[in-house]
Amino acid sequence: MANPGIADNQFLETELNVSAKRTETLFRILFMVMAGLLILPVLIILTTLLVKGSSIISFDFLFTSPTDGMTAGGIFPALLGTVWLVGVALIISVPVGVAAAVYLSEYAPDNWFTRAINLAIINLAGVPSIVHALFGVGAFVIFFGFGTSILAASMTLAVMTLPVVIVATRESLQAVPQAFREACWNMGATRWQTIRRVVLPNSVSGILTGVILEVSRTTGETAPIMFTGAAFFIPVLPESVFDQTMALSLHLFVVSTQVPNVPEALPYGVALVLISMVLLMNSASIALRMHLRGKKKW
Amino acid sequence: MDTGIDVNTLQSEIESGAELAISTAALNLWYGSFQALFDVNLDIKKGRVTSLIGPSGCGKSTFLRSINRINERLGYVRINGSVDVFGNNIYAPEVELVQVRKQVGMVFQRPNPLPTSIRENILFGHKLHNRDRKYSRDDEDEIVESALQQVLLWDKVKDRLKRKATDLSLEEQQKLCIARLLPVKPRVLLMDEPCSALDPKGTAAVEELIWELRGKYSILIVTHNMAQARRASEECIFMLMGKVVEHTVTADMFVTPAHQETADYIEGRYG
Ligand SMILES: Nc1ncnc2c1ncn2[C@@H]1O[C@H](COP(=O)(O)OP(=O)(O)O)[C@@H](O)[C@H]1O
Ligand SMILES: [Mg+2]
Repeated sequence: MANPGIADNQFLETELNVSAKRTETLFRILFMVMAGLLILPVLIILTTLLVKGSSIISFDFLFTSPTDGMTAGGIFPALLGTVWLVGVALIISVPVGVAAAVYLSEYAPDNWFTRAINLAIINLAGVPSIVHALFGVGAFVIFFGFGTSILAASMTLAVMTLPVVIVATRESLQAVPQAFREACWNMGATRWQTIRRVVLPNSVSGILTGVILEVSRTTGETAPIMFTGAAFFIPVLPESVFDQTMALSLHLFVVSTQVPNVPEALPYGVALVLISMVLLMNSASIALRMHLRGKKKW
Repeated sequence: MDTGIDVNTLQSEIESGAELAISTAALNLWYGSFQALFDVNLDIKKGRVTSLIGPSGCGKSTFLRSINRINERLGYVRINGSVDVFGNNIYAPEVELVQVRKQVGMVFQRPNPLPTSIRENILFGHKLHNRDRKYSRDDEDEIVESALQQVLLWDKVKDRLKRKATDLSLEEQQKLCIARLLPVKPRVLLMDEPCSALDPKGTAAVEELIWELRGKYSILIVTHNMAQARRASEECIFMLMGKVVEHTVTADMFVTPAHQETADYIEGRYG
């Protein structure tokens, strides 16, 4: 075998092959273990929350107000407040983000202006949320005079999540084959007619996915709303965007660190509700994407 | 609104006594600093099928695209000279692009139906250009039927008009792409290698269709398939490196080419 002169069969394994195979196996296992490790934190977080928090979850917990200095009662104002904050943030960021993405993907020529916008988006995505919080205070609370309110907090969240919406939308617009646009233009359609009749209808799935991801990210944010519109404790429910509100994420922070004598299950219960909302929306986004992708063909 | 243009075109047609669909004069085109067309002077007759042959990269597609002004989308394209379509220079400053695109339809190498139903594909251009008028469902059905009849597709698809156009075979898709141009009543059809994505049977079927449309529309078809040019066109243009070498009746070109380059190309001595 080592002597090619005899060469009865040239296709037999050599020592070089053996060592290559050994290395191959080693690296495959190494990479697999690393990838497998990812599951651990998810499992640990979920089981801990379930074990320690599920006992407190009940209809009353979800739908009544906190009592006894937030050491008992439910979380309804915080739950509702999170819905308000996320909802208003969406109403602001989705139109702006989608419009900006449509411009960048369908209209923008390659010039310094476009490059400047792209640079701004990248940088906006990298700004830490605490900096967004300070920006929100300066811009929305003080300069525009919204005060600490749902409006100011939601606008801060909207600015923060805008890059997510823009990038997701732009990617799904660019996934629409160029041939469709050419077909339209050659029949005399304007850019807008092309966008409205062909490009947007074929990219909604991606856009929706981006929007849902934004929602789930917004739901958990604490820093940006802390100084701009969310409060530790408010006995009444918000009635308009100019009211302050409680929020789940901040409530979790408060009951975990700021209030004495909280029963152990309470913070875990709040965390469980928060993470369930996020996971639910992520799953919805995945399901929606698969459903819509199954329907389109090109 | 569009009748204004029609009257104009008609009038100038009568005045010049022309039966020319397309007439270019000293057409030069640059992609940035690269010149792709040199002094192209061509008269393409109304109602004829004219084929455009030449080695790859000689400017056939570029020429075709300058007849519906789709080249301009690229910011770096520069054009001088004129392109008259039925007597009107489409590069004149007062010309509305949408009207050009409406009268000069284009078919591509790869069929590109929109990802909607067959019916919607046919009605797309029609709806676009008739937004100011109301059409009943019956009118629309008639439009769909007539367009599909003209491209010899009606019998095949009449029971599945609601189905996705992208589910059709490539040959049927290409026919559909021709059909969807027809409801807006174009006068010129440009086809850029319309059969090169099709198998021989599909190619034959589309060639038959092109031959069928002769007379009703003025057709300019780019092909690298000389047998196709020979079978499916009445006149033939041979281009080389951005210049027109020869333009004659197809039968003559293939039997007694007037230029050595043409003869060389026909005999397969270029790519
Ligand atoms: N969009 C473009 N930008 C720059 N150069 C181009 C572009 N399209 C075509 N060209 C060049 O112009 C010449 C003619 O191209 P084309 O018209 O596509 O040739 P053909 O269709 O005859 O194969 C080629 O040299 C090609 O490289
Ligand atoms: Mg070409």
